[in-house]
Amino acid sequence: MNINLELTDKKAPVSGEVRMSTKNLSLYYGDFQALRDITLNIPENAITAVIGPSGCGKSTFLRLFNRMNDLITGVKVDGRVELDGINIYDRDIDVVELRKKVGMVFQKPNPFPMSVFENVAFGPRRHGRKNRMELEDVVEKSLKQAALWDEVKDKLGQSALALSGGQQQRLCIARVLAVEPEVILMDEPCSALDPIATLRIEDLMKSLAENYTIVIVTHNMQQAARVSDMSAFFMMEEDRAGILVEYGPTAELFTNPKDKRTEDYITGRFG
Amino acid sequence: MRLRRNVHEVDAIAVPAGGLARRWRLGEKFIEGWIYLAGGLAIVVLLGIIVLLVKEGVPIFFDTPPWEFFFGTKWYPVSEPPTFGIMPFFVATLWVTIVATAISVPIGVACAAYLSEVAPDKVRETVKPVIELLAGFPSVVMGFIGLMLLSPLVQSAFNLNTGLSGLTAGIMLAFMSLPIIISVSEDALRAVPDEFRQASFALGATKWETIWHVCIPAALSGITAAVMLGVGRAIGETMTVLMVAGGALAVPVSPTEPMMPMTAAIASGIGNAVRGGLQYQALFAIGLILFVLTLSVNLVADRVLERQKRKFQR
Repeated sequence: MNINLELTDKKAPVSGEVRMSTKNLSLYYGDFQALRDITLNIPENAITAVIGPSGCGKSTFLRLFNRMNDLITGVKVDGRVELDGINIYDRDIDVVELRKKVGMVFQKPNPFPMSVFENVAFGPRRHGRKNRMELEDVVEKSLKQAALWDEVKDKLGQSALALSGGQQQRLCIARVLAVEPEVILMDEPCSALDPIATLRIEDLMKSLAENYTIVIVTHNMQQAARVSDMSAFFMMEEDRAGILVEYGPTAELFTNPKDKRTEDYITGRFG
Repeated sequence: MRLRRNVHEVDAIAVPAGGLARRWRLGEKFIEGWIYLAGGLAIVVLLGIIVLLVKEGVPIFFDTPPWEFFFGTKWYPVSEPPTFGIMPFFVATLWVTIVATAISVPIGVACAAYLSEVAPDKVRETVKPVIELLAGFPSVVMGFIGLMLLSPLVQSAFNLNTGLSGLTAGIMLAFMSLPIIISVSEDALRAVPDEFRQASFALGATKWETIWHVCIPAALSGITAAVMLGVGRAIGETMTVLMVAGGALAVPVSPTEPMMPMTAAIASGIGNAVRGGLQYQALFAIGLILFVLTLSVNLVADRVLERQKRKFQR
């Protein structure tokens, strides 16, 4: 069966420098095990896609990297999650500093009900930048990076909620960039957008990958194939715990999957 | 609309009178009529009150011109000739309301933020009903508490001749408007979508920063409405201020003086007023002013709440 996925000719091969990683990681919501024994390395300045059926723990996995799971009561983490070799679940890790380094873009565009400018300036302001000139520079730079500047430069003072969905999502990306993170996590960033807005975000992701380490969770396998360098396929076991089935360069995983389950999934036999 | 059209279509096809023929439901009609009647009655009564206030109150302006009435500083209803200047009452109401608001707003909003953003579910589920219960506390009891407990404290703390002052009344009113401020603000904060908090945390904001820079601004219109409702309560409250505000007739220059807010002036004066006399009319005019004041505060609050509701529906 021909799976007919458009595979981009990958620019530079993945350098192999590991930026983040998990080691024998398990996660529990109370008694329920959501992730089981996941070991995975995320390469620097590349896009790593996490794919898999609904409920297999993709989003939970992504939220490990900036400890967003901490906000949910009853979550327990076993094993290590590392950023540059440091276990971010160590007791002396400052979550605020971690989240400055590891930004996140959410599934539904969620700009604050403030002006475009204030949205982007929010992070820098919280981290001690008060100088108006300096903030203006950061906002402009971030919006340019997020390929939104030309569209909003005349309405920086207007409510961010007045922007279109795709613009809102790029604004959310700009908001993350303004904090100057090193890693950007994206949780199905295009699932609420139309195809054109989706393409724009994908282009943006590719250009950002030159300087940032990106991890994206996606439902859309074509998207994973189009944008990512590495792909991780997750699945549920009998007890609904998520496991990592296969992980490797995207081109390989999609054209020549080693695991039968991966093949079944990407050819659409289940999921 | 569509439903109705369908009924007509059914009629047009002339369905055999078996099961589908339209039935005359008497009980339904009766209940409908009852509801109309009850609603209509409420409106009629309300309009009646307004008409009464205007009818009894406005004639005072034929005797005392509005200018003198509003800005006059002397209220001597029984001297000859009587003077009716409500400035002392108006300023007293202002002082008491300002004190009450200055105390209840920061405490109320902080408490709402705690309940909505910090407290575990269990705490919120027990504390909130208890707070709302406090709203039903008889105002005479609050007045009594103010009289016995608070006024000696205020007297010694500010070294006053009497503990019965606008300040004392304002503090008691603050406690009385807290429940509504907390309850409505908490609702407004809880209505703020969780996505905003998530985004804020993910950007490295702390809990406090998220509450202060995201949740409260997003809920601001609801919180404003809560404050308005609290202020409305403070303006209209009578028994407590009558008991603890001190009842002095001079224009108060400081909140620590004894004073008589508008509500207290009506309550204490109406017993001595001759029906239809000038004092009677003047008191009704004060009532009319109070009514307009609280009505406008409530209307503004209502508008603001309405806007809050629409704000997150994109």
